[in-house]
Amino acid sequence: MPLQNATGDYQTKQTLETFGFLPPMSQEEIYDQIAYILAQGWTPAIEHVHPSEAADVYWTMWKLPFFGQQELNDVVSELESCHRSYPDHHVRLLGYDSYTQSQGAAFVVFEGRG
Amino acid sequence: MSVKTYDAGVKEYRDMYWTPEYVPLDTDLLACFKCTGQPGVAREEVAAAVAAESSTGTWSTVWSELLTDMEYYKGRAYRIEDVPGDNESFYAFIAYPIDLFEEGSIVNVLTSLVGNVFGFKALRHLRLEDIRFPIAYIKTCGGPPAGIQLERDRLSKYGRPMLGATIKPKLGLSAKNYGRAVYECLRGGLDMTKDDENVNSQPFMRWRDRFEFVGEAIQKAEQETGEKKGHYLNVTAPDPEQMYERAEFAKEVGSPIIMHDFLTGGFTANTGLANWCRKNGMLLHIHRAMHAVIDRHPKHGIHFRVLAKCLRLSGGDHLHTGTVVGKLEGDRQSTLGFVDQLRESFVPEDRSRGVFFDQDWGSLPGVMAVASGGIHVWHMPALLAIFGDDSMFQFGGGTQGHPWGNAAGAAANRVALEACVKARNQGREIEKEARDILTEAARHSPELAIAMETWKEIKFEFDTVDKLDVA
Repeated sequence: MPLQNATGDYQTKQTLETFGFLPPMSQEEIYDQIAYILAQGWTPAIEHVHPSEAADVYWTMWKLPFFGQQELNDVVSELESCHRSYPDHHVRLLGYDSYTQSQGAAFVVFEGRG
Repeated sequence: MSVKTYDAGVKEYRDMYWTPEYVPLDTDLLACFKCTGQPGVAREEVAAAVAAESSTGTWSTVWSELLTDMEYYKGRAYRIEDVPGDNESFYAFIAYPIDLFEEGSIVNVLTSLVGNVFGFKALRHLRLEDIRFPIAYIKTCGGPPAGIQLERDRLSKYGRPMLGATIKPKLGLSAKNYGRAVYECLRGGLDMTKDDENVNSQPFMRWRDRFEFVGEAIQKAEQETGEKKGHYLNVTAPDPEQMYERAEFAKEVGSPIIMHDFLTGGFTANTGLANWCRKNGMLLHIHRAMHAVIDRHPKHGIHFRVLAKCLRLSGGDHLHTGTVVGKLEGDRQSTLGFVDQLRESFVPEDRSRGVFFDQDWGSLPGVMAVASGGIHVWHMPALLAIFGDDSMFQFGGGTQGHPWGNAAGAAANRVALEACVKARNQGREIEKEARDILTEAARHSPELAIAMETWKEIKFEFDTVDKLDVA
């Protein structure tokens, strides 16, 4: 059983936390997740970092969190601008939840090339 | 000017302790007991007896009562209610003045409320259903050493429940083989693994050796995956001195979290360990061995919602709550009721969830709900729908029973979890669409496909013994 032989050998993956085990999302799927963040009333924010520093707690903020932002397309264009400016970096989207003082969502949208 | 005189002898409890006109104070500690009296004893007398025996009263009047202000210190039965669908039992509501209790001492509260009174002859059964802790008392308790928010920040894990597993077989592995099982789970995608509660420091694996090998497993998995990992090193020990010694060493080997059994270990040990964790920047996972002895009988003992509240005050960052869907007992509404008590800052009275009082938790940090016991990938959509993000799902057999081993089993669970979170965020009804969501995810994950095949027939469908009281 060649399939079993190949897949039975589980190779450890470098992953980037939430959604790190799913295949890369399509544009539509990313829009859905942004819409979810906005619908929860969370503040979208973007961070980026060189892959060699991905384990650090603090990544670099892309501008300030987008307080009061309701427009999905604006968030999308900020993500794309960040990615264009730092094509080698990981870019992640967060949803700041001011009630829990935590992040209700955080996932990597663009993976940088280490 | 005192007008009271000493009148020796035995009086009816209700003369002094049944006060239906009493309006509870914001600072009172309130309790709801389900009482089943001996035949022929009036409800008011039973309720008053419970109030008396759990506060200032004793069976006979004593002269020294007149040296103090008993009207200030006594507990009061202030309300009686029918139990829906039950002619034999009733609820008694009792108010205790806050000064009956030592500050920050769950030990003291329980010694009073569930002490001698449970053996009282006039009662056939007695069950403590709920306690309303006044915010003034809550402010004297340390609570969770870190809490949900700080745990997420330390581990950089957001927007999803965490995944764990109890290492199996639960007894008999050598320290090195045990560390191997931990490493395989963590490298495959679990966030944490757990010592079984029975694992303390037995001859086959002494605690120090286990901690060393597990420490290496955590470090290696972190380096290879780039994610934060942990293992709940169980520091439950024969005595407090050894418990602290184990906790110190767990910190030294680099685990971010340790574990304690709060009922068998006791609240004194638990509160002390929570304080140690707060001081040392460690997370505290709490297991609940012995709880079903105390909480499963519907008419006698202590409901788990009370034990859960007590744990949040004593201190712990995770608490086992049952799974609703797995191999262990747990009614869905009732479970949601005490999960709220662990995580929310205010929980309103809601009899449909077994919540008898409004409970204000103030600024006390929240505790992660841990679902563990007989769960596997097929349960993932239901678990996420029931418990939400601030929870820990532990798949022991459901990870390590995977045909390709722990790492593949861990990956299967992680893929299933993330697929469910993604689908939920997209607005899909994950319980209804469970099969579709998992099947789609398995297309990209042979590990998940095999896991779904392995566990497709396993169900645990028995009726719940302890049901909520509803008409």
